[in-house]
Amino acid sequence: MAGLQSDIISTVEFNHSGELLATGDKGGRVVIFQQEQENKIQSHSRGEYNVYSTFQSHEPEFDYLKSLEIEEKINKIRWLPQKNAAQFLLSTNDKTIKLWKISERDKRPEGYNLKEEDGRYRDPTTVTTLRVPVFRPMDLMVEASPRRIFANAHTYHINSISINSDYETYLSADDLRINLWHLEITDRSFNIVDIKPANMEELTEVITAAEFHPNSCNTFVYSSSKGTIRLCDMRASALCDRHSKLFEEPEDPSNRSFFSEIISSISDVKFSHSGRYMMTRDYLSVKIWDLNMENRPVETYQVHEYLRSKLCSLYENDCIFDKFECCWNGSDSVVMTGSYNNFFRMFDRNTKRDITLEASRENNKPRTVLKPRKVCASGKRKKDEISVDSLDFNKKILHTAWHPKENIIAVATTNNLYIFQDKVN
Amino acid sequence: MECALDAQSLISISLRKIHSSRTQRGGIKLHKNLLVSYVLRNARQLYLSERYAELYRRQQQQQQQQQQQPPHHQHQHLAYAAPGMPASAADFGPLQLGGGGDAEAREPPARHQLHQLHQLHQLHLQQQLHQHQHPAPRGWAAPPAAASPPSSPTPSSSPGFYRGAYPAPSDFGVHCSSQTTVLDLDTHVVTTVENGYLHQDCCASAHCPCCGQGAPGPGLAPAAGCKRKYYPGQEEDDDDEEDAGELGAEPPGGAPFAPCKRARFEDFCPDASPDASNISNLISIFGSGFSGLVSRQPDSSEQPPPLNGQLCAKQALASLGAWTRAIVAF
Repeated sequence: MAGLQSDIISTVEFNHSGELLATGDKGGRVVIFQQEQENKIQSHSRGEYNVYSTFQSHEPEFDYLKSLEIEEKINKIRWLPQKNAAQFLLSTNDKTIKLWKISERDKRPEGYNLKEEDGRYRDPTTVTTLRVPVFRPMDLMVEASPRRIFANAHTYHINSISINSDYETYLSADDLRINLWHLEITDRSFNIVDIKPANMEELTEVITAAEFHPNSCNTFVYSSSKGTIRLCDMRASALCDRHSKLFEEPEDPSNRSFFSEIISSISDVKFSHSGRYMMTRDYLSVKIWDLNMENRPVETYQVHEYLRSKLCSLYENDCIFDKFECCWNGSDSVVMTGSYNNFFRMFDRNTKRDITLEASRENNKPRTVLKPRKVCASGKRKKDEISVDSLDFNKKILHTAWHPKENIIAVATTNNLYIFQDKVN
Repeated sequence: MECALDAQSLISISLRKIHSSRTQRGGIKLHKNLLVSYVLRNARQLYLSERYAELYRRQQQQQQQQQQQPPHHQHQHLAYAAPGMPASAADFGPLQLGGGGDAEAREPPARHQLHQLHQLHQLHLQQQLHQHQHPAPRGWAAPPAAASPPSSPTPSSSPGFYRGAYPAPSDFGVHCSSQTTVLDLDTHVVTTVENGYLHQDCCASAHCPCCGQGAPGPGLAPAAGCKRKYYPGQEEDDDDEEDAGELGAEPPGGAPFAPCKRARFEDFCPDASPDASNISNLISIFGSGFSGLVSRQPDSSEQPPPLNGQLCAKQALASLGAWTRAIVAF
């Protein structure tokens, strides 16, 4: 199990093979972990994840024209599929997206004629013989270099980036607009969605997340603060303001409260690997939608329904604005999302069973099996249950990721990253 | 839902959040402020419905006290009321939770309450207009030339309903001693509000004595339009400035409640003297970078009190009649 003390983790993402795990933090840093190659002798566990590379992706900036400071916090990281020896990922803060190349160097040339080993130049007159420089092994060095900078295309705060299945283009979404980029071209992008009203006083909703379909390169979805998801087809028109499908569940009037609008705002949307379903996360629940059915989700899972009576306090302490993410496992049979008190929840779609687990140092030593947790909503608290009032709302798990092929999960608490795997017998 | 906070506290908390978001690192978060404005709107709706309920209770007391009133006045009132209004005020149950019908299935119950309560308010308003005798005002707005005839009010869409519910021209003696200018953010209309009653209510006709046969007051636009249009472009509306209006798609129930709040104006700001040059609404308050909130202090205080949610809420509530959306200025 790997733990890391750093700034607040703001995003977690496995690459396509699962060998690499990238985290971004509030300080603009990216840390990449690499899974050890499986030890054939110790077959009872998969390789552990160790730090592979650390680099500063974004720095704080100041927009002098608007007197605005631009946070360096990494909002999202998305990996490109590997094409050669190097790895590529996109990282974004509120305003700028960067394409990073991560490459290994494990040998270096030695035996230059005109340079000493330490790099100083030799006086040419002292050269009496010539030799051919050769590569000699060296300690592995992982270098990250920015290859593209995609800037100045977003007025509002970027909340999502998503790479197209064509692996040539990607989208970036802010509160009101979605832009389409080509990975090679940094000086222009196409605006494909614009929901900014002519009169800003008429603003009623913002874009909260967007993602390309995993298989159809012309299809993407975006979610809104009103709890709707729109599916758009880029073949239909250049500007996809008109959706092809609108996914929306009617509000239950008996649940109406001051905070209905806040808790219905969607914080994350993720397609299943198959592309047949998509999952949305709002404040209290996770919903699975069938792309063929727009009027309601096919499955709804309550993450922490016991918070519904606490919305007032959660509004006061700003927790109601927390944006939880969600993720699928590799086979789309289990979904996972975070909660408070360092709890995270998994829902098995087939068995309809769910489990609550806790990510904390005190309770877990490496190699111990996580004990299921239970929150007691009201009434008598059983032994080992935790009452709602003793939940720590400062300990929140917003970001989780699931290995694309194996049952290995990465769970980010505020400052720490936990990696869990299921027992291999 | 249990909530330890009442609507007023929620409004203060929300305003505090909007205020502090201006100084947060990374710039103002459009999404969060939009959500906060929804809470503001919901709290305001509940607050208004509570005020209307109180108004109704007072009106009931008044009715009991004035049993000797000539019956024909009451009948006149009812004639002005919108169709669908209960035959007598006693039939009207306060705080009836609307929600019947599919059309309202998605509408907050408060909105329906407010609709009904506004009808009740019109009744109350008309009764009060009959009772008061005040000197002519210093300045006022001439009645809108395009006001629909009050004898056929329509409750279908509330702005239309609002205009249609003007009392018919009759023996109104009107009031209007202090005035405030307010901005309706739905229609961008600047109107003058006096002592709880919009001029549009009482000066619906040329016969209104305080309007002086319908002639426009000094300094106002000619009779063709007494309302001054407010153009959003006059404010900073730069795309890059991230201007954002909040609470868009305001339910139609928003606009008509302006006069009712004004009736309670003196309850909230007993110290603040209404100043005709102040626009008491959130857009101006926020537009002046929150200094507007600090500057609107009672003259007696030596130092401006610390800017806190309580003060914001008081003034916001005082100007509830004016704004239909909370504007978060970017």
